[in-house]
Amino acid sequence: MTAAPLLPRPFRVLATRPETADTTTLTIEPADGRPLAFAAGQFTMLGTFGGAEAPISVTSSPLAGPMEQTIRDMGGVTHDLTTAEPGHMLTVRGPYGTGWNITDGSGGDLVFVAGGIGLAPLRSALLEALANRAAYRRVVLLYGARTPHEQVFRDDLARWAAGDGGIALAVTVDRADRDWAGPVGLVTDLIPGAGFDPARTLALVCGPEVMMRFVAVALLDAGVPAGRIRISLERNMKCGVGLCGHCQLRELFICSDGPVLPYDRVADLMTVREL
Amino acid sequence: MKMRSIADYLSGNPFFAGLDTASVSELAGCAINVHTRPGEYLFREGQPAEHFYVITRGRIALELFSPASGPHVLDSAGPGEVLDWPWLIPPHRWFFDGRAVESTSVISLDAGCLRGKCEADPRLGYELVQRAAQTMSHRLQATRARLLDVYGSP
Repeated sequence: MTAAPLLPRPFRVLATRPETADTTTLTIEPADGRPLAFAAGQFTMLGTFGGAEAPISVTSSPLAGPMEQTIRDMGGVTHDLTTAEPGHMLTVRGPYGTGWNITDGSGGDLVFVAGGIGLAPLRSALLEALANRAAYRRVVLLYGARTPHEQVFRDDLARWAAGDGGIALAVTVDRADRDWAGPVGLVTDLIPGAGFDPARTLALVCGPEVMMRFVAVALLDAGVPAGRIRISLERNMKCGVGLCGHCQLRELFICSDGPVLPYDRVADLMTVREL
Repeated sequence: MKMRSIADYLSGNPFFAGLDTASVSELAGCAINVHTRPGEYLFREGQPAEHFYVITRGRIALELFSPASGPHVLDSAGPGEVLDWPWLIPPHRWFFDGRAVESTSVISLDAGCLRGKCEADPRLGYELVQRAAQTMSHRLQATRARLLDVYGSP
């Protein structure tokens, strides 16, 4: 975190890349020239000048390259962000929260399970793993999307599917037409064939919360210990530093204790209503 | 190189896990290898379900054709997975088309032969019914989860 954790910094939009009909990746740079150090899995409060902010995960590598953030247009500020153009100035606070800490999986298998736009925060950790590929045995990405057209980072997926990076990639969709030759079904269906050693696996899961619950149970059934499954929770983050309480989940502030949390710490909380 | 027999394949498949060697050999007696090219149908909607399939390679899409919107891929099964349960449960009819989306190999077990084995050996029959129920349960849970459309637009 920065010395003044609540102070926004001006960032300039360098480029925009549409991912799907409602999702856009922004490449941004700090206007003051000071790079923003972050860990894979952390988020920033990204906003417009004079406008609102939204918690957005960083999707680029924490090790190198320009900073990228992927935003889904849910209306309000996210609409303003997804329609920003090169040259526009935005505000950035953070980075906030916990990261994936993939080095905890060194020497073993890394299993990434993503659903929909949940691939965005995982991509940052994936790129970190690929930059240090020799530190891991099998690196697996299991990705579920609604339709083939609603996959994000399709260029990356095509590259990884072609063998680039040494990732074992499997993609499934909920519904498809005949142009799709891959699996159709729930992302959990991909787990049995993924070929990882559950006793030596660190699993990182990100997607809609219902999907993460199903995936966590399937990983447990496959033999991955609960403490080796990490999920990224999303709540109504506002301040980003655990002060305002908007993102409280019983004893946790998701903005500072999370968003990345071990499954064994939150499994019970995820099924409690109105928390 | 030693060729793997059908019994070898079946004993290594999760559906048949835990069955004794003699039972697997009995079931293998109902089986043949079948290969399909991309686009070929393994079965069609409305046809009698005369086989139970264990996919060894490739992928079968379960499709439903709508005159208004064409074929919809509802589900699919790949290597190691089985299709399906109509061989066991009346009216023993396919409710979907099963189309190979790529070059696909399956072990095809004759439904009448399987049912005969089940009737002759209720212990084996119970084992297969239990496994078919697990397959159905798994697919039902997955289908229910997909009904939520969790990735859909807000």
